[in-house]
Amino acid sequence: MTCREVVEFLMAYLADELPGTQRDVFEGHLALCPPCVNYLDSYQHTMRLSKAACHCPDGAAPADVPEELILAILDASRRN
Amino acid sequence: MDESPASRLAPSVGADLALADRIRRGDGGAFEEVLRVQGGRLLSVARRFLPNEEDARDALQDAFLSAYRAIDRFDGQASLGTWLHRIVVNACLTKLRTRRRHPERSIEDLLPAFLDDGHQANPARAWRDPADEAQREETRDLVRRRIAELPEDYRTVLLLRDIEEMDTEETARLLGLTPGAVKTRLHRARQALRVLLEPHFRQELS
Repeated sequence: MTCREVVEFLMAYLADELPGTQRDVFEGHLALCPPCVNYLDSYQHTMRLSKAACHCPDGAAPADVPEELILAILDASRRN
Repeated sequence: MDESPASRLAPSVGADLALADRIRRGDGGAFEEVLRVQGGRLLSVARRFLPNEEDARDALQDAFLSAYRAIDRFDGQASLGTWLHRIVVNACLTKLRTRRRHPERSIEDLLPAFLDDGHQANPARAWRDPADEAQREETRDLVRRRIAELPEDYRTVLLLRDIEEMDTEETARLLGLTPGAVKTRLHRARQALRVLLEPHFRQELS
């Protein structure tokens, strides 16, 4: 298995969707290839960072809605 | 004693049904209350799908007007916030289908390169563990700006799968794609976002 194939199968590996023999070959490559271990780790960091960026932390105030947008929505609802 | 359906449910569900009932009866103050309480969080959702501010505001307006017209269909099975959230996501997807596209980068430019023998052309370096800084507002803002740089077809799949936590089949149905195409786009979107974040998180060479 090459680095290109490791990157290609990475999502399936993390989702536990690789068949057993392919999983063994995949992990065999990781044991010998630090750049692919770095790639896998940074791919997982990317997923965690995107979730943290988009989910409002507990207690955090949400963004304000511009007052002109509130008034436009209220105005449009009255005309419905 | 109040024996309305709302009074027999959990307090939050009862409050949501009562608010919906006031809107149904034409109480403009109730609609404004929902808009002011929920609007900020939902505008953030719209901005993720539609980085252009005008598009995001249009989608929020479309969503609240749809909700206003469809308030009879709110049954308290989900909270009012969750119900509105789904309507906003649908409004964003409709807006993405109908509005003129903005220029964007090619996904190919954001995918890793490989040598002819299959090795990584630029071997990946280790990242520092971003767990501690992930919750800081400046980090969150940086990551959101990088997500906004993803090509639209890929950003949308990443948002539906990884942020909205929809499954592959529902995402495929909403976007008119095959499940296989959703999986391919999600993997490419994550790889592209990794490339965009790499300069900020990789460890320096010693």
